[in-house]
Amino acid sequence: MDLEEEVLARIERQRKLRPRFRDDRITMVHGAGGKATHTLVAGLFAPAFANDALAELGDAARLDIDGAALCLTTDSFVVKPLRFPGGSIGELAVNGTVNDLAVSGARPQAVTAAFIIEEGLDADVVRAEASAMAEAARRAGVAVVAGDTKVVERNKADGMYITTAGVGVRRGGAALGSASIRPGDKVLCSGHIGDHGTAIMLARGELELDADIVSDTASVWPQAEALIEVAGPALRVMRDPTRGGVATVLNELAGDAGAGMVLDENAVPIHSAVKGACEILGIDPMYVANEGVLLAVVAPEAAGDALDAMAATQGGAAAAVIGEVAEEPEGMVLVRTGFGGTRIMDMLIGDPLPRIC
Amino acid sequence: MRFVDEFRDAELARTLGTEIAALAEPGRHYKVMEVCGGHTHTIYKHGIEDHLPESVELVHGPGCPVCVIPMGRVDDGIHIAKQPDVIFTCFGDMMRVPGGDGSLIDAKAEGADVRFVYSPLDALKIARNNPDKEVTFFAIGFETTAPSTALTLMRAKAEGVTNFSVMSNHVTIVPPLMALLESPDLRLDAFIGPGHVSTVIGCRPYEFIPSDYGQPVVVAGFEPLDLLQSIYMIMRQLDQGRSEVENQYGRVVPWEGNLRALEILEEVFELRPYFEWRGLGFISQSALALTDAYSDFDAELRFNIPGVRVADPKACQCGEVLKGVIKPWECKVFGTACTPETPIGTCMVSSEGACAAYYNFGRFARSKARAGA
Repeated sequence: MDLEEEVLARIERQRKLRPRFRDDRITMVHGAGGKATHTLVAGLFAPAFANDALAELGDAARLDIDGAALCLTTDSFVVKPLRFPGGSIGELAVNGTVNDLAVSGARPQAVTAAFIIEEGLDADVVRAEASAMAEAARRAGVAVVAGDTKVVERNKADGMYITTAGVGVRRGGAALGSASIRPGDKVLCSGHIGDHGTAIMLARGELELDADIVSDTASVWPQAEALIEVAGPALRVMRDPTRGGVATVLNELAGDAGAGMVLDENAVPIHSAVKGACEILGIDPMYVANEGVLLAVVAPEAAGDALDAMAATQGGAAAAVIGEVAEEPEGMVLVRTGFGGTRIMDMLIGDPLPRIC
Repeated sequence: MRFVDEFRDAELARTLGTEIAALAEPGRHYKVMEVCGGHTHTIYKHGIEDHLPESVELVHGPGCPVCVIPMGRVDDGIHIAKQPDVIFTCFGDMMRVPGGDGSLIDAKAEGADVRFVYSPLDALKIARNNPDKEVTFFAIGFETTAPSTALTLMRAKAEGVTNFSVMSNHVTIVPPLMALLESPDLRLDAFIGPGHVSTVIGCRPYEFIPSDYGQPVVVAGFEPLDLLQSIYMIMRQLDQGRSEVENQYGRVVPWEGNLRALEILEEVFELRPYFEWRGLGFISQSALALTDAYSDFDAELRFNIPGVRVADPKACQCGEVLKGVIKPWECKVFGTACTPETPIGTCMVSSEGACAAYYNFGRFARSKARAGA
């Protein structure tokens, strides 16, 4: 073996080690959804709670309780500002949890909500979020069935934080799991990517940039259900590309499946306003968070019908096949660029910070 | 997107790629250095190398302003950030560059008020809005960003803002190029000149490269077709046995540069006798400090910074990687002491640096090379 192969083999061995969490402190990077978040979860929390349901580290845990096939999940929302074009924290809190259940193949049934509210917050804000949550829950077909309220001193929270948990009943017929992914499978995307994260960045008002971009926050259960019905066992896996964006989800799938993901840049639906804003801000929309987008991997023979079914749902009009699974490059995401070249798209490292050059 | 898509046409790219290949002499290997980090990003983002024949290799140069900041300067910045009542501001991608003991993101987690801004003027605005705080801007970048720092300082002075200061880490492009060219083991054929820097300094400062070292320079824009066209112009020069400075980015870069910006730089900045570059060591007259007229705004004087000097580990061979003398995997610390999580040299700090790219994707490049063989 020559020196180059030796060095590559050593890196490969390091890469395969279970991630160990060695940082002295939590930084903002640990919350950005990229590699550092993964190391914190897989290296600290997962070993502490070790159990079969958690081991998958999926969007929701699969539980079988007295013959009932359920999914259970939880999520916290700390968005600033609380209201933004296209949505608000309350809507996100419902849809985020509903979507974790949906992409796990479970019909969302009920959610709980815990509120941490900052002293001094205008009661009208709380009222508005309660009604936004109720409306989102109605649209998603779930009920908010339990909750909790805490108030913390001024400056201890950005107005309001919300944590929701949700339970759903698994739909039969789909055997979801990244282990079933095969070379040749197609990657489907349910709609335009990058809207939510870009809308939030602009709504913070620090960038003095105006654009007509609204958050996509919505339940993706209609798309998920359509896929399960049409594709059945040909539906390999579904994901909800929130923090870390499409790039991070595809990298996770490539790693889990031990296959390559080959993405066609021109096929990815992105609004031109989002493309333009990201271009100006020096951010790649593939890493921007979404709150109403579903990614699915489907066997090639079922991909056409799956796409048609998804496109026929409400909010699915822009659905597209954006890429496919290949043998190579193993564990990586390869992008065919609009310019006719290729590049490797890595997982998000650190926060998506704007570049100066 | 109008005014952007025109510069990203895959069909034109294929045509240019074919013409570049036709100019390549059989059996000859060409190494072309793109000096600017922005060019490296474009090359990577659009997959430009796929349009080039195998005999034309792009070498990523020292022009990423974030990556060349040495650990000691980051530590000095963190020292300021941790002083009471300081708001420390910098460009976003500076925040994760590691110093000797953590990055600015880590300092923020430990309680420092570190914020990222898109412009030094935003930092000045923060100073105006927080009169009871000291606001420092950690200025980085080549001649591209230095004029905006200079203008901000002139405005701060005119307005009599007293709670604002700048820690200048501005660097100049020509000295590191000269240092590279002076090295006896350099193996390069030509340079793609930095477009943004050249909007300020013009094309003339590169004339020593063809005249003294016989290598072509083509100043290039930042869209993928700009880069392919400039590589074509370089290949044409090499084919015709010419070496001169050419300007591909004429729609933005005037030959003489931006005289007004140069005047402003002259007023606010002066050359430091020497400055340390991560991985390249000390280079004389390669960086800018504030002139006496602006010493009231100099964060280095205001905060009495420790002047931390963290030696690059001896084994780091960034300089050799940049010069194309060795491959990343031939460096003694590559993949052991130096990884993307714990980078030592500039080539590992930037995710597009030669070493970081090789660490993350080297196995793919290798398998692709095998498949092609």
